[in-house]
Amino acid sequence: MRRVVWVGLVVATTACNGARVQSPESRVESHSAVGTFGLGRAPTAEEIAAWDKSVNPTGKNLPPGQGTVADGKLVYAAKCAACHGDAGQGAPPVYPQLVGKDPTDFSFDNDFKITHTIGNYWPYATTLYDYINRAMPLTAPGSLKPEEIYAVTAYLLAANGVIAADAVMDARSLPKVTMPARERFVVDDRVGGAGFR
Amino acid sequence: MTRPPDDAAREGDISRRALLASAAGIAGAAALAAKPYRLLAQGPAAVAADTAAVVVPPDPTAVPGLVTSARGMRSPFVDPTRAPAGVLSGASFAPLQDLSGTITPSDLFFERNHNGVALVDPQKWKLMIHGMVERPLMIDLAQLLRYPTVTRTYFIECSGNGRAAFRAPKPEMTPQQVDGLLSTAEWTGVPLATLFREAGVKPGAKWFIAEGGDAARLSRSIPVEKGLDDALLVWGQNGEPLRPSNGYPVRLLLPGFEGNTSIKWVRRLELSDQPNMSKDETSKYTDPIPGAKARQFSFLMDVKSVITSPTYPQQLTDKGWWPIRGLAWSGRGRIAKVEVSTDGGKSWQPARIEGNNLPLAPVRFEQMWQWDGKAAVLLSRATDETGAVQPTRAEFKRVRGVGTDYHFSYIRGWRVESDGAVKFEAEV
Repeated sequence: MRRVVWVGLVVATTACNGARVQSPESRVESHSAVGTFGLGRAPTAEEIAAWDKSVNPTGKNLPPGQGTVADGKLVYAAKCAACHGDAGQGAPPVYPQLVGKDPTDFSFDNDFKITHTIGNYWPYATTLYDYINRAMPLTAPGSLKPEEIYAVTAYLLAANGVIAADAVMDARSLPKVTMPARERFVVDDRVGGAGFR
Repeated sequence: MTRPPDDAAREGDISRRALLASAAGIAGAAALAAKPYRLLAQGPAAVAADTAAVVVPPDPTAVPGLVTSARGMRSPFVDPTRAPAGVLSGASFAPLQDLSGTITPSDLFFERNHNGVALVDPQKWKLMIHGMVERPLMIDLAQLLRYPTVTRTYFIECSGNGRAAFRAPKPEMTPQQVDGLLSTAEWTGVPLATLFREAGVKPGAKWFIAEGGDAARLSRSIPVEKGLDDALLVWGQNGEPLRPSNGYPVRLLLPGFEGNTSIKWVRRLELSDQPNMSKDETSKYTDPIPGAKARQFSFLMDVKSVITSPTYPQQLTDKGWWPIRGLAWSGRGRIAKVEVSTDGGKSWQPARIEGNNLPLAPVRFEQMWQWDGKAAVLLSRATDETGAVQPTRAEFKRVRGVGTDYHFSYIRGWRVESDGAVKFEAEV
């Protein structure tokens, strides 16, 4: 008799679960549109453009415009020199040194006092545009126009001996600049386990 | 090493004696003396005491205590503070030596900002998920709060933690100055995998670029596997909304990864087939190593431990039993064991791991030590569940190079002088 009751309970419970609407939480198919929570909305093209300013090494999102080394020297003097020094020497540790070719052998592991500069350390030129546009000047981030950013990028690359003094930086030329330290970066090879890396 | 008399009946005595003699208590009294607290004359005026003018009666049993209040406060005898360094691009170090257990009180949780602490109106906060997704998504805070949540305990550690102690060690360094860019909280939020499923990550998306809504618009590129694994979008920290310095209203939380990748004030997640190569994953947060190379995307925090007591500026007051206490953690999972040496590394004894041992969260360790009144060097060495062991400082230098810039995971030491003074000992 007791056995019959238990079977009945199990059947009733199963039926109950079967009738319940499953939350989208239980999905396993990551690319399925079926059963989303349905919250939020699609961003507009304007909203994406307003926030998506990331410039990667392909030059994605680089805007129209251009800048020369000579113009960049003026932008640098007006917007950057107060913190980074009149010649990019910086005021470490707060305001990084920007200009410096040495060491050319990337021997930074020997001495922490060796300063990482654009010329001796940065692997991608596009990072200058991305970062200046994103975060500089410190007190007014996002305030520079594309021409000013191209120009000051050109100035800093020339000051580091990476490009010629008559080079012009724009959406086509900047991604083609090869930085001296480009091949120095390696994928993290720490894997845990015995043997310290 | 003599075994401590740590049966339950006697442990209470040891603890009480240690507490009475502890430098923490001495430091507390010193802090009090430096503050404008005054002893209250007994009487009805005590009832009027409020948080603006705390008074300490000579006999708390003889007068009524403070009135009920809207917000709790610390005892006037307890005054832990973070140690700020830098201003806009800076950090505040958590007072590890003043903390118990593994959770960091939210107001003492370390901060690292790249252009100040952003103050974000929660009504205006939005998160955008776009790029290589089937359904680009824009949600507000009220919508984020409607997804199913999880609550997890995780540490966050800055990958620069320990830099000052490595490069310019001084005997007069506290655990806060040595390793204070480590903190732990109970976090509440939504698995990022849930939102990635909502948006439908396209095949071929290998990275997601996370960006903050602060003045640095701090940006890091993260492997999409981490987003589908244990990454969270959190708004809750130790039972309340995040503090602004920890990303209010919402931050990314990447358990076990270096702290800067847990983007605060997060507002944008872009799925991509390649990393962005932003400044903070090229110029900064990369690790020079021997061979004229630098490690990039060195996300995982190595296994580490630090003794938090006895440490500078504590003073052992007499010979006898003293607890050696500390924290151990790993970005690769659980702590397997912690060993303590009291002879500068000649011999090691296993320390007791106290309480829960959660993955990607610190454990407390403790080892009772009978001090004989002679100079000693105390070390801790942690091993995680992958078998990774903290290296000595010499091995760390040999493998990583003296000029390496992040992930300073070598063994820390503390020297006990014969007079009981405790100092940071770098060369162990």
